[in-house]
Amino acid sequence: MQAVYVIKRFGVFLLIVWVAATLNFFLPKLSGQDPVRTKLLQEAAIGGNVQVGMEQMVKEYDKRFGLDRPLLAQYGSYLYDVGHFDLNYSISSYPRTVKELIAEALPWTVGLLATTTLLSFAIGTLLGALLAWPRAPAWMRYLMPPLWALHAIPFFLFGLILVYVFAFKLQLLPMFGGYSPGASPGLTWDFISDVAAHSILPALSIILVSIGGWALAMRGMMVTTMGEDYVVFAEAKGLRAGTVFMRYCVRNAILPQTTALVLALGQILSGAVLVEVIFGFPGIGALLFHAIQENDQFLIQGIVFTVIAALGLATFLLDIAYPLLDPRISYRRT
Amino acid sequence: MSEAVLEVRDLRVSFAHPLGLVRAVDGVSFSLAPGERLGLAGESGCGKSTMALAILRMIRPPGRIDGGSVRLDGVELSVLNEEAMRRLRLAGIALVPQGSMNSLNPVMRIGAQIEDALADHGVSLSRTALAERIADLLETVGLRAGVAASYPHQLSGGMKQRACIAIAICLRPRVIIADEPTSALDVVVQRQVMETLARVQRDLGAAVILVGHDMGLMAQFVDRLGIMYAGRLVEVAPVGQMVTVPRHPYTRALISSLPSLEHRGGLQGIPGLAPLLRDLPSGCAFHPRCSLAGERCRIETPALRPMGGNAVAACHLAEPVA
Repeated sequence: MQAVYVIKRFGVFLLIVWVAATLNFFLPKLSGQDPVRTKLLQEAAIGGNVQVGMEQMVKEYDKRFGLDRPLLAQYGSYLYDVGHFDLNYSISSYPRTVKELIAEALPWTVGLLATTTLLSFAIGTLLGALLAWPRAPAWMRYLMPPLWALHAIPFFLFGLILVYVFAFKLQLLPMFGGYSPGASPGLTWDFISDVAAHSILPALSIILVSIGGWALAMRGMMVTTMGEDYVVFAEAKGLRAGTVFMRYCVRNAILPQTTALVLALGQILSGAVLVEVIFGFPGIGALLFHAIQENDQFLIQGIVFTVIAALGLATFLLDIAYPLLDPRISYRRT
Repeated sequence: MSEAVLEVRDLRVSFAHPLGLVRAVDGVSFSLAPGERLGLAGESGCGKSTMALAILRMIRPPGRIDGGSVRLDGVELSVLNEEAMRRLRLAGIALVPQGSMNSLNPVMRIGAQIEDALADHGVSLSRTALAERIADLLETVGLRAGVAASYPHQLSGGMKQRACIAIAICLRPRVIIADEPTSALDVVVQRQVMETLARVQRDLGAAVILVGHDMGLMAQFVDRLGIMYAGRLVEVAPVGQMVTVPRHPYTRALISSLPSLEHRGGLQGIPGLAPLLRDLPSGCAFHPRCSLAGERCRIETPALRPMGGNAVAACHLAEPVA
């Protein structure tokens, strides 16, 4: 029974990826732009070259990228390539492949965003739960208004403020980049602490801004949960306040939060575009920004496809894991 | 009645409401003999459930206990600190909750929900002894021992209610407060659950307060019946006496509104609506709905007076019967 459930869910996952890949293929085609021609025209403009042989070059590149074939044939080979995780060459960084570029940027984004998402989820959820809890220390009530205020600020704006204060005025932390210009990447202590120092400001801007959202959602769920009959009965059972809090209130109130967490984790791959651009962080978001600037269709497609696949995968894993979190959801139905 | 197991004196609970103070329980007094079964009946909103929670000191804001005393075996509960009060819940006074459909934690197995009650009351047993104790408890209330491994949603309403009874008796309490334990169940299951409750109560020798509005069920189960109206006890009497010679007009109206198999036809109700607790009528709160009410009833609030036998009633017009 459980195998059938998993297979069905996996089927849904593949379907999502296929639909995404198809949209991803056809939408840019609808724009009517010719990426190769655009790119060559750009080069020509920059280099001041005469446009002799331009048409020939366009044809040559179209042939190389397979852009001269009928649309359906292109679609077929595109699907085949995607199935093999071959995302074609980057037009703007030719001859580097899209896969290479993404693989380079991915660890930065995942490292930054996975950490910040998990941290803000953990802190925010716990804070939210305590805020709804009548026995929580009174000082906590003063903590919330500032967090809500922060939550209302877009985090790139907050990031700019942090850069101004800590990097520019106080000069405590580096202003830009994923690591210092001279540092040689490697698993050395120096490099790791260098990366950590560069990550503090972007991480802080994301964490401080998103804690409020998690806390707000959790507080709402907690208030509802605390009104449930099973919480009243738990109290009538003479359970310790800690037991009632963790095993009866938080355990139930956190269920919708986990869904939100998984979706947030799935979205990590799209990167925090603005934060990465502001801090010059070499992640996926910055790469996407660059790709859009350069009209690098293959790179945009590759990134969007990766994001959708990751989101689909996250949803798939959530579907598999959810019955473990909530016994009322069984593998049998659907 | 001198060695009452539970003694409630002048218990008062109110809720802060934007339109005024709501007196949900207003000066209720009664005592409970060891092993006795007392019923508390009344319309919805008359303060029955609030009083059950007030005895356990579990009124949450905006509600508060304004005063009165609750003594368990002579120990005054209102002066206990929160930790002592916590330990007394379940171990001294146990609640069988209202609407057990939702009274069990949906994400925990039944066994675990008994385990945490035992653990938080300092019962430490080995794994096997614990499993044995839980199996015993479940069998006592007529469930298979295997139910310990089930989640609440896998059980029927009656089974869930039995599981709640199993939890309530796990520390052999002196008093069990059953707050409408069967209101969500059909009559067949209702009867089974009440029989189970009666049996475990007899075995433990615990006293029971049965809160509810089902007069028929009450009459079968309890020794003594208290009728509440608008946060006050208006009549308390041994159940046989109450059914045959009710003293308070409200009690009479309640009893005559019971459907009967002999006299078919339209159901007889009580005219009017229960009063708003934040805006009670002057004098006797029942007077606007009472056909006998006179001038005095509109002015003076009646107190409970002995009415012969072991009965007391709060009505200016009731006469003691020898």
